[in-house]
Amino acid sequence: MSILVDKETRLLVQGITGGEGTFHTRRCIKYGTNVVAGVTPGKGGADVEGVPVFDTVEQAVKETGANTSIIFVPAPFAGDAMMEAADAGIPLIVCITEGIRTLDMVTVYHYLKQRGVRLIGPNCPGLISPGKSKVGIMSGDIFLEGNVGVISRSGTLTYEAVSQLTNLGIGQSTCIGLGGDPIIGTVFVDALELFEKDPQTEAVVLIGEIGGNQEQQAGEFIKGNMSKPVIAFVAGSSAPPGRRMGHAGAIITGSSGKAQEKIAALKEAGATIAISPAEIGSTTQRVLAAKS
Amino acid sequence: MKVHEYQAKELLAEFGVPIPRGGVARSVAEAKKIAAGLTGRLVVKAQVHAGGRGKAGGIQLVSSPDEAEQVARRMLGTRLVTHQTSPQGVPVNSVLVAEAVDIERELYLGIVIDTVAGLPVVIASEAGGMDIEEIARTSPEKILKAYIDPGVGVRPYQARRLAYGLNLDKTQMKTASDIISNLYKLFQAKDCSLAEINPLAVATDGRLLAVDAKLNFDDNASYCQPEVTALRDTEQEDPLEVEAKERGIENYVKLDGDIGCIVNGAGLAMAVLDLLKQEGGNAANFLDIGTLNNPDRVVEAFAILTSDPAVKAVLVNIFGGMARVDVIAEGIVAASKQMEIKVPVVVRLAGTNVEEGERILNESGLDLIRAYSFQEAAHKAVEAAKKSS
Repeated sequence: MSILVDKETRLLVQGITGGEGTFHTRRCIKYGTNVVAGVTPGKGGADVEGVPVFDTVEQAVKETGANTSIIFVPAPFAGDAMMEAADAGIPLIVCITEGIRTLDMVTVYHYLKQRGVRLIGPNCPGLISPGKSKVGIMSGDIFLEGNVGVISRSGTLTYEAVSQLTNLGIGQSTCIGLGGDPIIGTVFVDALELFEKDPQTEAVVLIGEIGGNQEQQAGEFIKGNMSKPVIAFVAGSSAPPGRRMGHAGAIITGSSGKAQEKIAALKEAGATIAISPAEIGSTTQRVLAAKS
Repeated sequence: MKVHEYQAKELLAEFGVPIPRGGVARSVAEAKKIAAGLTGRLVVKAQVHAGGRGKAGGIQLVSSPDEAEQVARRMLGTRLVTHQTSPQGVPVNSVLVAEAVDIERELYLGIVIDTVAGLPVVIASEAGGMDIEEIARTSPEKILKAYIDPGVGVRPYQARRLAYGLNLDKTQMKTASDIISNLYKLFQAKDCSLAEINPLAVATDGRLLAVDAKLNFDDNASYCQPEVTALRDTEQEDPLEVEAKERGIENYVKLDGDIGCIVNGAGLAMAVLDLLKQEGGNAANFLDIGTLNNPDRVVEAFAILTSDPAVKAVLVNIFGGMARVDVIAEGIVAASKQMEIKVPVVVRLAGTNVEEGERILNESGLDLIRAYSFQEAAHKAVEAAKKSS
């Protein structure tokens, strides 16, 4: 097993004819992902890397049975793309697009929620179940199939953490980049719940950052619901308050946004804290050794 | 994006929120002229993008246009240092001259996005004048909230419910309800990330007035808010940050250490700052170079870092994913050809096309300090900065 994406994933790429869309379609196919369709309004009938392109998501779903969508549509149109996918009955949407208006995202978030659609992102690297399916922009070769789930608010820090794990021979069940925006579809708590239920996953690495209070919520959830060990790192201990550190969501606006408060909440919940970002792999190795 | 108090108040007035009479002055003569058109006691307020103005002497009460002129002369052209600014402070290029309000009570009114609920939330409190977090900590029972469905907007009952909680008389109730729904209209129409009136004053004559206001705007909405973007005052920002934006580096934040950083990805860039600190060093900046695969971007990043006199060493830490490492390597080589880099440069590359990146650097003959893990890179950068300072 693994969570959310696997060999059953039939991927639709929205914005497939754009530069990013085409590039990552190729890389997903190369990794072994079953990419069944693409959508770009006005480009129906074309094909990209052998994948048929449709004008609408509705047509694409009808013709190909796509059950997951990845979105590369530019920010002003990405909200519309997510809603179109939801309306066409796609149960899992992964939005890579960065720079979506927060108020646009408020509308999209509730629209998808009402329809029971799971959203990953936006402004995220996507997700991968190593050896099975890659629905994202990460470079597949740093991943190794195994039993550790990885959840993160950041892309490249996930690559860093995963490469530390892989170098130590610790494989991953599924790795999810949740995204760096203020409003995202899937948060730590949702992913922890899925990993807790997944028989393949034995431990979870959680990589948080400053801003918001998702990590504190994760702490509450871990306390009452997680039987599997959680290893956590929170980025931004040295970040000054009031400054947006790249991600729109990574800004300390109150005490709950500080790294120190997040680390304290996770520690209190029983998570093992990796103090240094260079020790995420070795901390996980210690926790796994203690468990067996 | 932040704007000045006077700009926030002009927007509030445009949306029907009552503000004290007054105007903004960029010269001493203008200040006097505005003051002459007002009555009663006046207040002169330095217009800067920082809180804590009152304690820093940036807000002065005066009783005549002559006195307003004197205060404006003292403030204009200086730099104001508050607990929120750098030790150098921020320039005072304009002052707001307004009628002083005789305040009976100070209320709080604010709108933000609640990221957990995924909705805008209106927050109202009787305990205005203070920091809202402080109120939440000391008297949580005094915080009233209403979540707003953006498809519906503020319903009259929601505005009434909040207004009832503020202990107002009948006329004030009606005004407060209007202020709440108008503030929300502004929040939505202009893509705010924060719209705050603090204090919303209950004047001794019974009027409700926005005595101070703060508006922040969603940077992701700038493409569809040209009028808001036009309010940006780059003189209130760090000059290096302004230059970085002009060079196409969106995510650069000036910090007070001496190790210049070039990193891809915001999370990794934050982790680099943390690791440098743990290694006993301090970053001179946060810089996420993004994923545009163009070596010129690296050249621009080096141009920013080398124009910062505080930088004693540069750390390039790239984990290629979408960004290709070979392109970064080409950029490093191009930068060293185009400019004189006097400080030591530590480079660590990993991820997409790393072999090609390594080959480019090895064949370049550049005098770089190489590292092959995250830890090693941070450690070597801290050592290099210590040696060269």
